[in-house]
Amino acid sequence: MGDAVAVHGGHGDAHAHHHPDLQHHFDTLEQQHEAATLGMWLFLITEVLFFGGLFLAYMLYRVWYPVAWAEASRELDIVLGAFNTAVLIGSSLTMALAVRAAQTGKQRATVVWILLTMTLGFVFLIVKYFEYKEKFEHHHVPGPNFVFEGPEAGPAQIYFSLYFLMTGLHATHMIIGFFIMAVIAWMAHKKRFTPEWYTPVEITGLYWHFVDIVWIFLFPLLYLVDRAGHFA
Amino acid sequence: MASTPLTYLNHEHSVASWLLTKDHKRIGVMYLVVVTLAFFLGGLFATLIRLELATPAGDLLSNDDYNKMFTMHGVVMVFFVLIPAVPAILGNFVLPLMLGAKDVAFPKINLLSWYVFVIGFLFTVYAMVTGGVDTGWTFYTPYSSRASNSNVMMTGIGVFITGFSSILTGLNFMVTIHRMRAPGLTWFRLPLFVWAVYATSLVQILGTPVIAITVLALAVERGLHFGIFDAALGGDPVLFQHMFWFYSHPAVYIMILPPMGAISEVIACFSRKSIFGYSFVAFSSLAIAIFGFLVWAHHMFVSGISVYSALVFSFLTYAVAIPSAVKTFNWTATMYKGAIWLKAPMIWAISFLALFLVGGLTGLITAALGVDVHIHDTYFVVAHFHFIMVGGAVMGFFAGLHFWWPKITGRMYSEIWAKVAAIVVLAGFILTFGPQFILGYLGMPRRYHVYPDEFQVLNVLSSAGASILAVGYLIVGIYLMASLFKGKHAGANPWHATGLEWTTQSPPLPHNFEVQPIVTREAYEYSSQEVTVG
Repeated sequence: MGDAVAVHGGHGDAHAHHHPDLQHHFDTLEQQHEAATLGMWLFLITEVLFFGGLFLAYMLYRVWYPVAWAEASRELDIVLGAFNTAVLIGSSLTMALAVRAAQTGKQRATVVWILLTMTLGFVFLIVKYFEYKEKFEHHHVPGPNFVFEGPEAGPAQIYFSLYFLMTGLHATHMIIGFFIMAVIAWMAHKKRFTPEWYTPVEITGLYWHFVDIVWIFLFPLLYLVDRAGHFA
Repeated sequence: MASTPLTYLNHEHSVASWLLTKDHKRIGVMYLVVVTLAFFLGGLFATLIRLELATPAGDLLSNDDYNKMFTMHGVVMVFFVLIPAVPAILGNFVLPLMLGAKDVAFPKINLLSWYVFVIGFLFTVYAMVTGGVDTGWTFYTPYSSRASNSNVMMTGIGVFITGFSSILTGLNFMVTIHRMRAPGLTWFRLPLFVWAVYATSLVQILGTPVIAITVLALAVERGLHFGIFDAALGGDPVLFQHMFWFYSHPAVYIMILPPMGAISEVIACFSRKSIFGYSFVAFSSLAIAIFGFLVWAHHMFVSGISVYSALVFSFLTYAVAIPSAVKTFNWTATMYKGAIWLKAPMIWAISFLALFLVGGLTGLITAALGVDVHIHDTYFVVAHFHFIMVGGAVMGFFAGLHFWWPKITGRMYSEIWAKVAAIVVLAGFILTFGPQFILGYLGMPRRYHVYPDEFQVLNVLSSAGASILAVGYLIVGIYLMASLFKGKHAGANPWHATGLEWTTQSPPLPHNFEVQPIVTREAYEYSSQEVTVG
């Protein structure tokens, strides 16, 4: 979050004996660190509820329209979805390694791991782009041009509305994470983090893991509806 | 002016020093300015509504314009006045002071919330200036998604943006209360205002994201023709109502909990007594926040929900009345055998008690399943929630504002005028909304501007009351402004109140305290004070 990420050059003479990254209204770095991480956890709770509204809608309509859900779900590319799931879990690993590197004072490794995390995130978004493109070409984007054969066209359109809203919001969160990681990588490059103070890396990691977890729920809910029946 | 002590107001003067400030006190004052503007805008819409309703015919406003008036009145008052009023203004100003902290945990995010709030407000005002919005503040689908031709999108964006301001404020306050308390300030030594703000933050954090996603879903449905609530595709418009009220009912507690906290401070101080049953009042705030999330469908008893779920929601609605009643009894018990000091904040607080009592009890009436079918969407409900939101929240806000005004500005307002205004507002309020209970029970529906002739007398009484209410609010504005220039200097603690905010000078230092305060006492130790007041 902004405060922890922002650069502080210290507050002059009155606080000259403090750590340069200790903001004036905190007494200790530990207090500052605890405040930042608690703030991030609370923010993630708001994110759970933010996505929660869509999961509620998903649950309601899946119970109401199981056939439409199964049919529409089969339109998604399970291979690309599984590939992206692996990519994103991999990016969580590199993120965790970045936090570890910052914690142990390996500045160079911190930069490398964050850049790798960004690369994997970028791969995910590229794949997502091709998936979206395919949906446009098959007229599976909700709205006046939506086409879906059979009696389940109405609920299928609701399915695709939720698909685009949920994956779109998820992708938006990834893009935001991208910008945050760019700042963090730059700060790491400037050797701003020490084992004593690496809070921004840690809370960025929390955010990125959250984005990952959302996808861990989205993948089975959107891609794997009734797949067993399909292969049987 | 060399003798003037350094304060948060005079240590810097430039416009930029305000607009770029990270000082929670200045940010609180900046919220006060914007919320006051919003209050007058919302009041203007209310004035037009009451003028129109003075006669049974629709002679002042067209049907469409009347729809826009009550919608914009609701949107502005709910999202830009009631929700930010006490937490963002008074909470910002006094919370860190009460905790003995130098600032909130995230000062830059605090400033960011103000800007987000202002941007959301500007979007909403833009929507109103360029055609208005007419869906009702509840934005029910399919009206908001398909039928309405008004600026639903722009208003929705405004509400969506403002929600993030509320989330960030709640998050900031919760971390502040957890991590920034002075040495010795244990949880059960906290002023009850802090408990109330904590409970409010909980609601802001858990509820606001849901309205955000609901409005976003509405926006893609309206703008991109997605189908999420669209019955034509098999979607469920009632799902929108569930998601909307999952936030918007708890939002009532965002409005009322912080004023309740202010009332606890004022009643203890002006009864010169420790609060009766501290832990009960503290935990009742949390109970209200938690139970408040389990009652939303009582807004939907006639929306076609199942009778069994309606039964459960009706029962839970009665249950949420218990912690509110605990508070009311405890405030009354605090006053009992206290040395009541009838200064202006106390008169506002007693008005709060009386009006909140009526608002709460009529809430029980509307919670009854059978009765609700009769009074749903009538003026009875309008009167009920105005007793809570205006009689409760706004009265409580004014009690707190009058209590802390000397701390915020360093000046005393005119005590006589403050008392006169409190009485005028109380009388005007009762005359405005009292008759609406009768109107509603007799069957006058809300949101119509043409009504049968037999309802005119009561409507004229209500409109007359509204004009008295308006005069009362104007008086408040005038003497508070005048106090800035002519008010006597308040001194650090004009009310001889307990609480850390009164141990620093008025207005406070830029960094609040000269030395880090250390707390060794319980809250509200009025009985041990030697001071005689009167």
